[in-house]
Amino acid sequence: MTVRTGRGAGSQLRVDPIACDGRGLCADMLPELITLDDWGFPVISREAVPADQLGDARVAIRACPKLALRLERRRD
Amino acid sequence: MRLTQTQRHRGPAAAGPATTGPATTGATGSLPRMLPAGFAAGPASLADHVARYGPLVSAGLDQRRQRPLIEEVDRAGLTGRGGAAFPTARKLAAVAAGRNPVVVANGTEAEPASAKDKVLLARSPHLVLDGAVLAAEIVGAREAVIVVHHAVRDITDQAVSERSRAGADRIRIRVVTAADRFVGGEASAVVHWIGAGISTPTGTPPRLSERGLGGAPTLVQNVETLAHLALIARYGASWFRSVGTPEEAGSMLVTILGAVREPGVHEIALGTPTGEVLSLAGGPSAPLQALLIGGYSGTWVDAADAATRPFSSAGLADLGAGVGAGLIAALPERACGLRETARVVRYLADESAGQCGPCLFGLDAVAGQLEGIAAGRTSDLRMLRRWLGQVDGRGACSHPDGAARLVRSALEVFTAELRQHARGWCAGTSSILPLPPRSRR
Repeated sequence: MTVRTGRGAGSQLRVDPIACDGRGLCADMLPELITLDDWGFPVISREAVPADQLGDARVAIRACPKLALRLERRRD
Repeated sequence: MRLTQTQRHRGPAAAGPATTGPATTGATGSLPRMLPAGFAAGPASLADHVARYGPLVSAGLDQRRQRPLIEEVDRAGLTGRGGAAFPTARKLAAVAAGRNPVVVANGTEAEPASAKDKVLLARSPHLVLDGAVLAAEIVGAREAVIVVHHAVRDITDQAVSERSRAGADRIRIRVVTAADRFVGGEASAVVHWIGAGISTPTGTPPRLSERGLGGAPTLVQNVETLAHLALIARYGASWFRSVGTPEEAGSMLVTILGAVREPGVHEIALGTPTGEVLSLAGGPSAPLQALLIGGYSGTWVDAADAATRPFSSAGLADLGAGVGAGLIAALPERACGLRETARVVRYLADESAGQCGPCLFGLDAVAGQLEGIAAGRTSDLRMLRRWLGQVDGRGACSHPDGAARLVRSALEVFTAELRQHARGWCAGTSSILPLPPRSRR
């Protein structure tokens, strides 16, 4: 079994900037991967979501009232 | 596709009875290719057009003819002339792979300082329409929608009816007047405008080549790109590549404005030294300090540094610039680059579609800070740099990135002005960059 780590592996969070209203729940729930900019809009980490945070990421995705957050397979 | 050998090597015929001089002899490599230099003002008629270029070489609806044409475009190395320089053959192939595709010819040209697409449509409308029809045939579309700035709507309509009277095309051509706003020229905004009358970008996914107008795979090409396509289909890839650089082949239209003797639209070979490009517009009319290259989302460069560089994206890369949509604005020493940039960035902030928070709030913050610096109220660059970092790449389209690029280049090029402004002094007495009246925004 190989463990895939580092860049290029796994999934990453993406925000749809048009749908996003800057409610900020995602940053509250996942501060390791999401911070807020000076206007309250989420800045998403470009790193792959670590395996032990995938559960929290899914909770944050479900919590978004605008359905603006999603997990995407990394393409690089 | 049938190309005769003479057509392949000869290129367009001399541009009409009024022509003189070596630029229009029709020999390989001569320019202009697209603008009828010898004709009087006004659009070339279908008869004039056919006399100059020969009849349109139809790809027909036969796939065995479409494939080689995409390969010819690939060999030509044609890239999009709307600013993004994406390889045209790759876009053609992607859309051709889909079912019931649509072609959109993008002549929105919402950039206030740019005129090259309007001039092209006003003088050579049939070359653009040839390209739109050909693109439709290549990808297997039944209809081509051409979106044009309102200034050239009538000319485009007349050219389309001229063609339909002559029974020229098997493809239906529909003309739509473009939305008059800066972001309205972005490809997804154009498709949104045609389909729903809303001129805002829609973002990806989905890609337009997969799901665009009415859900159909959609090819959006700048009108100048389509004009080049129409010429490649007639004269071939080698003819196209006989001007330009190996990496950036062919010619391109440029809009030259600001402190030059004869501002206007010219056709240049990619890779022409930037100083020579300026002399096409009569050369500088005053000592220059900087050039804005690409567009309002483009890059300021030092005028002396740029003069010797080839006008190509590779040639300008070490100055942080690229050819973009072919805008060159010459800033004289008597103008203030910071004030010019602040005016343009305020305009870009006002022109945000308002859909993405970082663009809506961020560009406003950037514009406000830059206005403060330009007016000598503050000399603090820390907040400005912080906010530039927070708008870059944060929108559904590249509007905020373009504004950030413009401001960053201004901070690099106008260092002397920054010092002067910090001491409360500004030498600027004129402005060169046109903007629509504030009341319309």
